[in-house]
Amino acid sequence: MDFAIEAHGVTRRFGTYTAVDKLDLRIPKGTIYGFLGPNGSGKSTSIRLLTGLLTPDAGTINILGLDLPRQAELLRTRIGYMTQRFSLFGDLTLIENLQFIARIYSLDRKLMKARIAELLELYELADRSNLLADSLSGGQKQRLALAAATIHQPELLFLDEPTSAVDPENRRDFWEKLFDLSDAGTTILVSTHYMDEAERCHYLAILEAGVKRADDTPQNLMNNMKANVVEISGPNLRQLKQQLLSVPHVKSVAQQGVQLRVLVDKQVVDPLDYIRAATPGLQALHLLALVRPSLEDVFVTSTGGRH
Amino acid sequence: MRFLGRIAAITLKEFRQLSRDRLTFGMVVMIPLIQLLMFGYAINNNIRNINVGLLDEAQSFASRSIIEAVKATQVVIITARFESVQEAEAAITAGQVRAVLVLPRDLEHRAANKASQQALGQWLIDGSDNIVSSALLGLRNMPLQELQRNFTQQSTPTFEAVLYFNPERRTPVNIVPGLLAVILTMTMILFTATAIVREKERGNIELLITTPVRSLELMLGKIIPFILIGLTQMTIILSLGHFVFQVPINGQPLQIVGATLLFISASLTLGLIISTIAKTQLQAMQMTVFILLPSILLSGFMFPYEGMPVPAQYIAEALPATHFVRMIRGVVLRDASLMNMQADTAYLIGFTVIGLIIATLKFKKSLD
Repeated sequence: MDFAIEAHGVTRRFGTYTAVDKLDLRIPKGTIYGFLGPNGSGKSTSIRLLTGLLTPDAGTINILGLDLPRQAELLRTRIGYMTQRFSLFGDLTLIENLQFIARIYSLDRKLMKARIAELLELYELADRSNLLADSLSGGQKQRLALAAATIHQPELLFLDEPTSAVDPENRRDFWEKLFDLSDAGTTILVSTHYMDEAERCHYLAILEAGVKRADDTPQNLMNNMKANVVEISGPNLRQLKQQLLSVPHVKSVAQQGVQLRVLVDKQVVDPLDYIRAATPGLQALHLLALVRPSLEDVFVTSTGGRH
Repeated sequence: MRFLGRIAAITLKEFRQLSRDRLTFGMVVMIPLIQLLMFGYAINNNIRNINVGLLDEAQSFASRSIIEAVKATQVVIITARFESVQEAEAAITAGQVRAVLVLPRDLEHRAANKASQQALGQWLIDGSDNIVSSALLGLRNMPLQELQRNFTQQSTPTFEAVLYFNPERRTPVNIVPGLLAVILTMTMILFTATAIVREKERGNIELLITTPVRSLELMLGKIIPFILIGLTQMTIILSLGHFVFQVPINGQPLQIVGATLLFISASLTLGLIISTIAKTQLQAMQMTVFILLPSILLSGFMFPYEGMPVPAQYIAEALPATHFVRMIRGVVLRDASLMNMQADTAYLIGFTVIGLIIATLKFKKSLD
């Protein structure tokens, strides 16, 4: 298989703090690859290392056949980067912003005009092309940023928490655009802390404290999870939660509205019986059910804290 | 009494934030400190050691004793000797000397013949700085002990004086060209510094560093519009000065534009360097003030260079504004050319080149 990104043992420290620790990555061309992790887990630092904005303290990085950080400048025209914060110019109009970026990437005049018209149409911004970027809504800003990041038709696109400022509907539309880009052959690396967003990726790496904890398709990650999920409904959930937390094979307990979601180690053969036996606070009116794991469960088990 | 608690909460928060903004905190201490020292040193109208030249046509005992008497005042030091009036005038135009003392061939005769009521010699004075020229005018009536026996009648001044370039000693002639230096210092440094820091604050830089733009390209692209703004300001100031305040524009337009461009470039690179250090627009503004104050006080715009103590002169020499004040007064008022003022021209070019290198190196295209 052809890889867009290959990294081995990449490590980056800031003083005594290790932001990224021995990261290994192999990202096949044409896929959407997600970095899922909490704030401070090293997602942004990893992206900056992979785009050549930061120099690693150890390890090798090869992006689209170029060695980083040595060949970082050659890579610039072949990648697109969408920053976490809206970083286009609020006091320029949409069209002026896109013209600026197009000129920076040395697009020739004819191509530039066609490309901008195409992007404005594609990202449903054509009727706003003469408005200042500051006057756009969150979702529109996001689409403008994506248009700017793809104006030079990059082979590889980095998106750093692209939808953190948009509502769910806009997020869905945004992902439709990403699938279109992926379908056209663009490799996309996206970082997120939203489960629903992570679930859309072809492959997913779960990061925690600078370390990659798991790495597979979302489906495989859920199937191969090292825990079963038990849902408990009934009264006195807060007290019950405290009791459950001290049960040996319970990895995590989280309340979700009127239910408790309990992760039980997979080595426990019958988790329902195990919980009933180990928790004195459970009464007959409590309902227990074994349910399908979600990505959040995978996330909790891989990052391994008892919550 | 709750309102006191709320005010105290806000005050405490302000102190905490202030103590974390080290640059602002530094400015709180540094600005009064430096301003006071500079004012204390710079405001000194008791001027000494003005560079002057000598054109001694008499070459006699009398001329030598006059020269010794003039030296003894310590107002001037003789740094050059000339053979002709043309040579002397050229040196004044080029700014090498502020004045030339001419002692005529018939000096002995004049000294002996008191009835003729002729002055003994003549001062040719560069009038482009009023404070300096008034110090030199003060020498007109100096008594001469050595020649007293021949020259008792003090109703005749010892020397005649000719004021070049600003014979009426009008203040605007002195102020307007210098003001160009101050205004350009302020706007050029502030505009560039804040323009780049603003992009840092807004996050635009994060986008730009991932593109193929190189640091030097970014720097040059940013300063070109400000060059045009600077030239516009120059045009406004000099036109207004000329048409409203009758400031003579004796210099060649090309020389004026050339000198101004050199200073604009130096100020813009200074702005770029500030932008690589400052993190917020407020910090950039404070650092601009830090440059602006000495540029007003020490550049020769307000107080003459000759009146400052040596340490202050060193600081003045480091400031681009000092060199530009000299150059623009020379070019506008005395019709000097950049070639006449090679040292100042070379300093501004060197400042720009070195500054641009520093700014480019400091603005690395990585986040390390």
